[in-house]
Amino acid sequence: MPARVVVLGGGVGGTLVANLLSKRLRRDVRVTVVDPTGMHAYQPGYQYLALGQANGRWLVRDERTLLRTDVDLVVEPAIRVHPDAGTVQLARGGSLDWDYLVIATGARLAPELVPGLTEGSYEFYSLEGAQRLREALRRFRGGRLLVGVAGIPYKCPPAPVEFVFLVEEYLRRRGIRNRSEVRLLSPLNRAFTIESASKVVQPLMAQRGIELTTFFNVESVDPSSGVVSSLEGEKAEFDLLVLVPPHRGQDVVVESRLGDASGWLPTDRTTLQVEGHERIFAIGDATNLPISKSGSTAHFEAPVVASRIAALVKGSAPRSNYGGNVMCFLETGNRQGTVLRFDYEHPPAPPQPSAIWHSAKWLFNRMYWGVVPQGRLPERMPIPVPRGRSTE
Amino acid sequence: MTTANVTRSIDARGMPCPGPLMSLIGAIREGRVGDVIEVLSSDAGSRTDIPAWIQKAGHDLVEIVDEDGFARFVVRKAR
Repeated sequence: MPARVVVLGGGVGGTLVANLLSKRLRRDVRVTVVDPTGMHAYQPGYQYLALGQANGRWLVRDERTLLRTDVDLVVEPAIRVHPDAGTVQLARGGSLDWDYLVIATGARLAPELVPGLTEGSYEFYSLEGAQRLREALRRFRGGRLLVGVAGIPYKCPPAPVEFVFLVEEYLRRRGIRNRSEVRLLSPLNRAFTIESASKVVQPLMAQRGIELTTFFNVESVDPSSGVVSSLEGEKAEFDLLVLVPPHRGQDVVVESRLGDASGWLPTDRTTLQVEGHERIFAIGDATNLPISKSGSTAHFEAPVVASRIAALVKGSAPRSNYGGNVMCFLETGNRQGTVLRFDYEHPPAPPQPSAIWHSAKWLFNRMYWGVVPQGRLPERMPIPVPRGRSTE
Repeated sequence: MTTANVTRSIDARGMPCPGPLMSLIGAIREGRVGDVIEVLSSDAGSRTDIPAWIQKAGHDLVEIVDEDGFARFVVRKAR
């Protein structure tokens, strides 16, 4: 009888792990992906949609078309995992049995955690949000445009910095930059969570006249007066406010009592097993790992989980470990960009922004649908070590 | 040893930057004025980030205690 693997979530991680397992184990496995919508979104494209550089059709595909034909797809929310029974309860009353479970449910946007955020700000972290922001930007005739983060952790750490560069360029192209103030509100004492990346982007922000307010942890938004307030006691007036909403783990994780207080799954950093559960694995944004919540993380984690489950099914000892591999592009506007490549042992050393990395990002954007879900890219990415620094 | 009565302790050892600071910010958000929060951090960046944030946010840095391989930051929520 084939091993039964259920994968919760049809994003980049869930789709890739399902396809890899099916390819490696063939008749020895029955893989079922459970996804609430059955639609797969390329989320890094949302910011381009907001800026009028992409349309929604390019960003969303039917999940069925991305899965190998021998992978089953159930389009229905999963509402509870029963680890001891080895089952997942589904919203319409059914349930699925599993021998191995992969939780790749991603993160939930939680705007309700910040008073006034839903009414007073825009975001580019959902398809609907990006479409609303696109319309708001089209109506914008100049004024105070603030970009910020309403909670850490959030998906795609470079995104707010990228967006502030790209929106500044957008205003220039529309001829309203001289009537606008562009400001990044950072929760930290620098522009970006990673210090080496901040050292690259902050001088560029200064060159472009992008203001930076540090240690601004958003507490509330007053839509009527156009003021955003911080935990540190500061207030900032805005005409257009773009905030990354707080993120939390998905309801199925919370309901299953598998997550921590914020709904993230306590996950072993190398085996990717959910702590205390040998047959449950977690990948992507759903974990509590102290690394980027991003598609890239999920992309490099999925082969590890597929390899470990394949070994267990075959009765051998799993040997594949996740080393914290992540690779993220960071657009810096003016058709330039840089790249962040790092793992648990090697912090990123981003190169000076250039046209090469901007082009590489766009090439990746175009290639995504044909290569990433199918596992056609390398399973690891070498981390370049700057001269003078040993890998030891 | 800390002289203040710690009301909440956060073990952020092993957490990379900005984890320890964000854990402290989360505890300040949830806490009450007068609460004393202790953060244990092995990240070198905390040495500058945490005192800088406390100063900007208007809370009291009670003390920083060097321990074996980590530092103990004790903070009183002042407002």
